[in-house]
Amino acid sequence: MATLVQYLQYLLNGITLGSIYALIALGYTMVYGILKFINFAHGDILMVGAYTGLLTYTALLGDSTNPVWMLTAFFIAMLVSMAFCAALGMFIERVAYKPLRSANRLAPLLSAIGVSFILSNGAAWIFGAQSRRFPYPFDDTPIVIAGLSITPHQILTIVVSVVMMVVLTLFVNRTRMGKAMRATSLDQSTSELMGIDVNRIISMTFAIGSALAAVGGILCSFDFRVYASMGTMTGLKAFVAAVIGGIGNIQGAMIGGLLLGVLESIGAPLLGIPSALRDTIAFAALIIILLVRPEGILGKNEREKV
Amino acid sequence: MRILETQQVSKIFGGVVAVNKVDFNVEQGLVNGLIGPNGAGKTTLFNQITGMDVPTSGKIIFDGRDITGLPAWKISRYGIARTFQNIRLYCDLTVVENVMMGLHFKVGAEPFRGRFVQAVKSYFNARSENRELYEKALSWLEFFNLEGLKDEFARNLPYGNQRELEIARAMASGPKIIFLDEPAAGMNPAETEHLMGIINRIREHGVTVVLIEHDMKLVMNICDNITVLSFGQKIAEGTPEQIRTNPEVIEAYLGKEDD
Repeated sequence: MATLVQYLQYLLNGITLGSIYALIALGYTMVYGILKFINFAHGDILMVGAYTGLLTYTALLGDSTNPVWMLTAFFIAMLVSMAFCAALGMFIERVAYKPLRSANRLAPLLSAIGVSFILSNGAAWIFGAQSRRFPYPFDDTPIVIAGLSITPHQILTIVVSVVMMVVLTLFVNRTRMGKAMRATSLDQSTSELMGIDVNRIISMTFAIGSALAAVGGILCSFDFRVYASMGTMTGLKAFVAAVIGGIGNIQGAMIGGLLLGVLESIGAPLLGIPSALRDTIAFAALIIILLVRPEGILGKNEREKV
Repeated sequence: MRILETQQVSKIFGGVVAVNKVDFNVEQGLVNGLIGPNGAGKTTLFNQITGMDVPTSGKIIFDGRDITGLPAWKISRYGIARTFQNIRLYCDLTVVENVMMGLHFKVGAEPFRGRFVQAVKSYFNARSENRELYEKALSWLEFFNLEGLKDEFARNLPYGNQRELEIARAMASGPKIIFLDEPAAGMNPAETEHLMGIINRIREHGVTVVLIEHDMKLVMNICDNITVLSFGQKIAEGTPEQIRTNPEVIEAYLGKEDD
């Protein structure tokens, strides 16, 4: 019988995991909001982000053990990885999705699955099959408060995710570009008449989503290690999170991500199932939400979607 | 003064010549009518001018600038607004929000220039800017007598009002020319009457109007000059009086008398 403190611990772990899901889910949901298309290569972008981050970080760090430089190098590596993935996301959209925009809806979907295979197999080819550890950019000794232990990398994960989500929300709701983006998600052809360069907005959407995925990829590799197929399961779960929150809805992706993380973390001990089976919880949650409320938690609240 | 002209513009779809070397002139500040039997190529010509379609050959000059083949969003930024036969509104937004959308992406304003500085600035001004836009949108709704419907969702509006809202939104974006594609289609006589008032006021406002319309009473009453297309070719051009009595136009509409 787990105690209250243990459950609080699960909750904390769940929020950490959930904020990563939320970051990745945002990419799925933003692209869906504008193109009504599920970008199945999104999971592999996070893998590319993790590798880029890892390589940049180790290259910058060299032999240094200076704690200030370690943290600085980590953030530089994160920015480099975001920029690289943003460019990659735009490139993929340009090459693999844009030519198919007026085609049957199935065509870009298949193209996305193809891109996903190219990325994950390409990474396996370049980096080999074995997984790598992402070194902590600080001493990761847990801090214990009233029986709850929180590690510095959990704090980092939560803080970085919250900052990203706040910035994104401000961007989408308050800036001209964000407004053009929301307008485009409401109606593409009408937005074009309003003088909005729809192609540019779509590129931007892919860039932003992919940059967020890069952050998610780096943050989740502390717990999951870095390997070529790391994006498959995490990407799939983030997609589930986006559907639970109401796909196409930005706030929904954030809520869905956190909810899914917490469910996974608390669900296993609560239901007494082995933690090896905790992935089933995510997909059981997907089935339940599709049966009970197929539009997702915040679906239908269409005015906020992008 | 000529604000827009097409020079020998053609559009060929497969083997069909939809528009055949048309010189269409639009005079500034006037209501310019474009008429012709069904399939004459009027909407195709509109689409080419507004960037929905690329001409097969020929040139389009607007305000001294060659706009042939530019994308629709760019042309709308230069100051050409249009409405469609099938209405295009943001259905899930309210009436006032639709007009605000037109204001927000006003002609000339560059949402993408100086992106970062702009973004930061517009973030800090967002609230006051929004209130300002809201007030302006309301004044446009008053101009079109739509202010009573401001909080209604666009999708719930009666047909005639949707048309007017589409025109209101186009006007709010501050265009130099507004293209109206069959604005009176499906309207009852009272609504048409109201629409005529609106078009007159747009002209008084100094905005050039180009009108495709089948309702001859409307066309003859309101247009300052009329261009007639038939089977993709320009067959006549002149004042309503000249067009009314032009034998070629009568033939195009009624067919040749065989004797």
